[in-house]
Amino acid sequence: MKISYLVRRFLFLVFVVWTAATVLFFIPRLSRVNPIRERFAEIQRSTGYAPRDLENIIKAFETKFGLDKPLIEQYLDYMGSVLRGDLGVSLMRYPRTVVDLISQALPWTVILLTVTTLLTFLIGTGIGALAGWPRSPSWVKGMVTPLMVLAAVPAYLLGLLLIYFIAFRAKLLPLSGAYTTGRFLGPELSIDFILDVGRHAILPALSLILASVGFWALGMRGMGVTVQGEDYVNFAEHKGLKQGRIFYWYYVRNAILPQVTALALAFGSIVSAGILVENLYGFPGIGSLLNAAILANDFFVIYGIGMITIVAVGVSMMLVDLLYPLLDPRIRYDRK
Amino acid sequence: MELSVPLQGPGRGPGRLTLTLRYLRRNKSLLVGLALLAFLLIFSIGGSLVIDTSTRAYPLAAPSVQPPSAEYPLGTDKDGRDLLAVMVRGILLTGTVGVIAGSVGIVVGVVLGFLAGYYGGKVDSVIRWVTEVLITIPPLILQIIIASTIVDKNKVTIFTMAGVASILSWMGTARVVRSQVLTMRERTFVSVAKLSGMSNLEIIFKELMPNMLPYLAASFVGAVMGAIGATFGLEVLGLGPAREPTIGMTIRWAQFHSAIFNQWWWWVLWPSLALISIFASLSLINRGLDEIANPRVRRSE
Repeated sequence: MKISYLVRRFLFLVFVVWTAATVLFFIPRLSRVNPIRERFAEIQRSTGYAPRDLENIIKAFETKFGLDKPLIEQYLDYMGSVLRGDLGVSLMRYPRTVVDLISQALPWTVILLTVTTLLTFLIGTGIGALAGWPRSPSWVKGMVTPLMVLAAVPAYLLGLLLIYFIAFRAKLLPLSGAYTTGRFLGPELSIDFILDVGRHAILPALSLILASVGFWALGMRGMGVTVQGEDYVNFAEHKGLKQGRIFYWYYVRNAILPQVTALALAFGSIVSAGILVENLYGFPGIGSLLNAAILANDFFVIYGIGMITIVAVGVSMMLVDLLYPLLDPRIRYDRK
Repeated sequence: MELSVPLQGPGRGPGRLTLTLRYLRRNKSLLVGLALLAFLLIFSIGGSLVIDTSTRAYPLAAPSVQPPSAEYPLGTDKDGRDLLAVMVRGILLTGTVGVIAGSVGIVVGVVLGFLAGYYGGKVDSVIRWVTEVLITIPPLILQIIIASTIVDKNKVTIFTMAGVASILSWMGTARVVRSQVLTMRERTFVSVAKLSGMSNLEIIFKELMPNMLPYLAASFVGAVMGAIGATFGLEVLGLGPAREPTIGMTIRWAQFHSAIFNQWWWWVLWPSLALISIFASLSLINRGLDEIANPRVRRSE
């Protein structure tokens, strides 16, 4: 791999993040929504408290946040603070910063989504590989269509049905939250706590897995079907190799590459992939934070979450591009 | 050309309709998907002719939270909407949002894809960069950010939703069209058309487009699904059209009033079933179209 490619790829990442930051800067200003005024309006709606000197208070806050400066100066300030990793302060939990709130919610999301993404990848790829293999029983081949239909249904909806049937009617698992709030005051490091979190996480995880396993199965089956026709698979069969050996080392080994790429990309979107499901289960991750921010008109938190999801996806896309030649020796970027 | 006409004359072979039906029998996904879609259309369009949805699907049209009964076959919700009317209207509204956003997506995607693939050079690089950048942004996040700038939720209409969903609905199509045009551009039939003096536009519409129809149809269905999924996400987060009984808003209100914990199962069940049917039908159709576009997939069945 040439250094020039590395540099170009990195510049593209910078460009993506810069574009995203610019869009995030201009959307609220184009819409002429005043976040501070909206926040006060929300406070008034929910608590009935209306400050007497509202206009002056808003002005004072605008000066404090630099919202009264010329647009170009605001833009430069904003870019500077984004570069320093400062995403501003939260309006709903003032004076806590956006970065503070996000870093509190992020571990929940990252752990839940990492586990579900890996499980979905393994289950889906396994089913897909078997479904594309000519010697599989027909019921395995027939599994792909129902799974694919399931993949079209939003995870939120599956979660809703799971809550109703498993948590509410059958009372097998807790309805919501990430741990039993009466038993634990907050996150702690004990076997009890981890088991409790595990029990709470089963349903959110199950909704996420059911909703995307079909996508992986379909992708793997599609690749598997192409690989079957390749000369090297025919050759292996005619050599009289054992079926198991052909399955793992000729068929799966060659068909799995695009799946691995997709896995890396899926890891990039773990911040945003569970937003709706987290919300449904009141799981204290990024999704619930985002929902709270939307309800409270806390625009700075909304934009902060937007920023980190975009950076996560951008970075993972770059890593995929850089790792791909290592995984697939047929790909070389320096060849003209 | 003249010679082949008598051979295909009437009575010489199965007609177009029979051929289509015969094909559908083999392509089960497409058949089931289309049947489900037909059912949904009959239910929602036929239903709006029978039931007065303009009043019954809105609050205070019926007593609050009635379980399904003879008078209200699907029950009513807490604000007094007749859920049968809500389903009839909701499927129609949700479908409209999807079709509008899907159409915008396909038109923009086809135009940009053709420009990029056919003309190449600088046009291609610019379009490709914009596409790549936009693909990096998780759609839900950008849509949440845009939708959250509309503070007064009563002003949000289904057209606002369609607009927000349209913004990110074209990239997939643009990519597919571009790569298809690239593979076709150098083929002999295009060179022949060029040599025979066809203009670029003629080549695009008469030579390239017909070859891409299955891809375009699959992209369209994909874009519609994407748009319905995206608007559903916005709606359950409370960023939807507060006054319209779309399927997503119905689920949002059911959640908002804790329908599950109050045992009002009908309020959650019907919209969930409706949305699952919509997605199942579209994804089966998409799969069927994919089979037409990539005959390779057929081999494993």
